[in-house]
Amino acid sequence: MNFWVELLISVLLILGGVFVLVGSIGLIRLKDLYVRLHAPTKATTLGLGGILLGSMVYMSHQHGYLTIHELLITLFLVITAPVTAHILAKVAMHHEVPMMKRTRNAEHVSTARKQQAPGDTKDQD
Amino acid sequence: MSMTSRWLPMPFHSLLLLAVWLMLNGSLSLGHLLLGSVLAIVIPLICAPLQVPQPKIARPLKALRYVIMVLGDIVVANVQVALLVVGPMRRINPGFVAVPLDLDETFPITVLASTVTMTPGTVSAEVSSDRNWLYVHVLNMPDDEQEVIDLIKTRYEAAIKEIFAC
Repeated sequence: MNFWVELLISVLLILGGVFVLVGSIGLIRLKDLYVRLHAPTKATTLGLGGILLGSMVYMSHQHGYLTIHELLITLFLVITAPVTAHILAKVAMHHEVPMMKRTRNAEHVSTARKQQAPGDTKDQD
Repeated sequence: MSMTSRWLPMPFHSLLLLAVWLMLNGSLSLGHLLLGSVLAIVIPLICAPLQVPQPKIARPLKALRYVIMVLGDIVVANVQVALLVVGPMRRINPGFVAVPLDLDETFPITVLASTVTMTPGTVSAEVSSDRNWLYVHVLNMPDDEQEVIDLIKTRYEAAIKEIFAC
């Protein structure tokens, strides 16, 4: 295989691997459920994107035509990841899962639970 | 009821199903074309009664531009969050904001909430049942929370309003 193609694939795989690793590190390091949600929804989309791009380049080079499975995987991922994160955050809010002490506007959790309009006490609008 | 709407209640979804089936199998053989067509007809027939009427995409070009903009923002978001995650934890100052919604149909709100989750430092957490408020968890709050609200409203919500013309 051409050196430059190999280099491109390697770079994409390493980049993807680094982002997936950072996403997993985030799961351990971050302190509460809400903050922890940010790591897998963000860091891993680019990580998986990089790995899938690498796979696309490899398969296209091997077979001589463009494979699109990877694009479909990316599409399904981009559609499903935010939904999962939203449901997890929503459930956490309704169960009043404890959050970091310095979380600002924590009172939004109870207004959201009681379905009241927020902002009576704040200077919005 | 015309023949087409009776046998193909969701023509666009049928085409999409056939295309996805052929892409998943990576083949254009007669067998897969036939099987894919059968699925593309049967699945919409089963699912059509579950449909909730939704606003149509009025500006497809704007929608395409929006997708490209969000893809760019996803890359930025990934790098920002990665740096925050490996950096010192004291730099993370989380918080909630309540974004007042101008959209009122469920599908555009879903698009907005998903975009907010995929883009820099924000995860959507709840939509109030009267669809007036979107609660967002922010990974690193700027001093003025209005900045976050304005960004979501001007960058994303305004574009979605144009796309769906609602």
